[in-house]
Amino acid sequence: MKSVNNLEEIRKIIGRHKRWDLIFMIAGIFALMIAVLTFMALFAHMLFDGMPRLSWDFFTSFPSRRPESAGILSAWVGTTLVMLVTAVSAVPLGIGSGIYLEEYAPKNLITEIIEINVTNLAGVPSIIYGLLALGLFVYQLGFGQSILAAGLALALLILPVVIVATREAIRSIPVTIREGAYALGATKWQTVSDHLLPYSSAGILTGIIIGLARAIGETAPIITIGALTFIAFLPPSPVKNEFPYVSFEWLTAPFTVMPIQMFNWVSRPEEAFQLNAAAAGLVLVVMTLAMNGLAIYLRYRMRKNIKW
Amino acid sequence: MQIDQEKVVEPTQYKSEVRNLNFYYGEFNALKNIDMVLHDKKITALIGPSGCGKSTFLRCFNRMHDLYPGNRYEGEIILYPDDVNILASNVDPIEVRMRISMVFQKPNPFPKSIYENVAYGLRVRGIKQRAILDERVEVALRNSALWDEVKDRQHDLAFNLSGGQQQRLCIARALATDPEILLFDEPTSALDPIATASIEELITDLKSKVTILIVTHNMQQAARVSDYTAYMYLGELIEFNVTDTIFIKPKNKQTEDYITGRFG
Repeated sequence: MKSVNNLEEIRKIIGRHKRWDLIFMIAGIFALMIAVLTFMALFAHMLFDGMPRLSWDFFTSFPSRRPESAGILSAWVGTTLVMLVTAVSAVPLGIGSGIYLEEYAPKNLITEIIEINVTNLAGVPSIIYGLLALGLFVYQLGFGQSILAAGLALALLILPVVIVATREAIRSIPVTIREGAYALGATKWQTVSDHLLPYSSAGILTGIIIGLARAIGETAPIITIGALTFIAFLPPSPVKNEFPYVSFEWLTAPFTVMPIQMFNWVSRPEEAFQLNAAAAGLVLVVMTLAMNGLAIYLRYRMRKNIKW
Repeated sequence: MQIDQEKVVEPTQYKSEVRNLNFYYGEFNALKNIDMVLHDKKITALIGPSGCGKSTFLRCFNRMHDLYPGNRYEGEIILYPDDVNILASNVDPIEVRMRISMVFQKPNPFPKSIYENVAYGLRVRGIKQRAILDERVEVALRNSALWDEVKDRQHDLAFNLSGGQQQRLCIARALATDPEILLFDEPTSALDPIATASIEELITDLKSKVTILIVTHNMQQAARVSDYTAYMYLGELIEFNVTDTIFIKPKNKQTEDYITGRFG
């Protein structure tokens, strides 16, 4: 009789404790929904406003004073070219620094200071990078208010992201794999190029894409270095008809990018320009989401053969 | 140290001689004044409770400690026949690792094909000709008793093998480069009893080809496979002798207590 009483007592206690599970679950779902629903509402709003404006012409037209014929041609071309410069400069610098810090750097005070600074750099407001780029790239090095200056400014901005991602990816390789390579008589470079880099490429690539996805929406540093808000022409083509067929003139061309085009339209009083801004925003969000999707896919693909 | 050469094990040449070895992790003196020998083409086992320094000792032989900052060796490990002190600062650790291979506690195949795993040590040594690689990979896989199981799927991922097969693959990888000494760091501690038995059998077979030093936490394993056994405790070498002597009539009370399970 006594044991049955005890059992009922235990069940009561369990029931009481389980109520907290339920309470927390509801609170958690609520918190999550605030984030998800807010984003969905914003996206839906942009979708309804912008969708009707999306057409082939919107992508192939220059900005115009008449909202119905304005487009984002110079903006998306500008964004693409700036991203190209950013990727080409940030990727080798970031991966190289990450590998050096993780595998080659002597463990001493200087290395430690550098490491702490690299991590902190990721938190520096982007406009500071804009000021740095204005002083260094635009004036000091004489790149002018060009695609090159903008690409390098954004490269500086995402460099810490790439470095940290590279280090994290290398560090996630089990120590036994590294030691296994060294134990066979591999040098540092053989270990890095035959093992560490290939096995961490998924993580590094994810870091690069996350970094680029951040850079693509950056406005402040681009405004600081003086991107124009109204550009009705394209930079010179990188491909030429006569020898040497490639040209880098586009690097020094003035430009605009998607967020600046949006900013320009949003600040116009006419309602129709607001719709253009929403449409451009839609394109930008889709570009960012596509990049993140690509990162997830590549991560999945490249990790398929790696089990740790 | 007095070393008995009893009749059960015929006298052999030394492959390596450890002289007054001290090892430091920073300030911590992890190995204290160790003197020992490795007999050529024999199996020497290192036993002792966790933390006694047996793995630390093993990893001195391929200068693994050089990978991490703050580690320091004192004393000598002489490698015969060329009398080189492999701990000397003018000896390149990479050169040492090319002569002395290692098999780790947990199977650690690279996320590459079976073939590429075995071939890696050869590639590091600059061997590129396909025919030579093919042949030496096959020999190594045969010597590690894996050939029959994998010959038709050498280009499959190594991760698709079972745990015991992966460990034999790691042995093949270590053997492919014809090492002078093969180090085993608790090679069966992550394996089931059947895989353990096959690895032990393999280690015994390998004795004719290579000098072996094996760390094990399993005393039965030491008794089964080794010719010589060293008992270590708190960084010191307490007793080193022919395996049968260690297990049947150890001279040291501490060794006896550990062997009989009264301690450790």
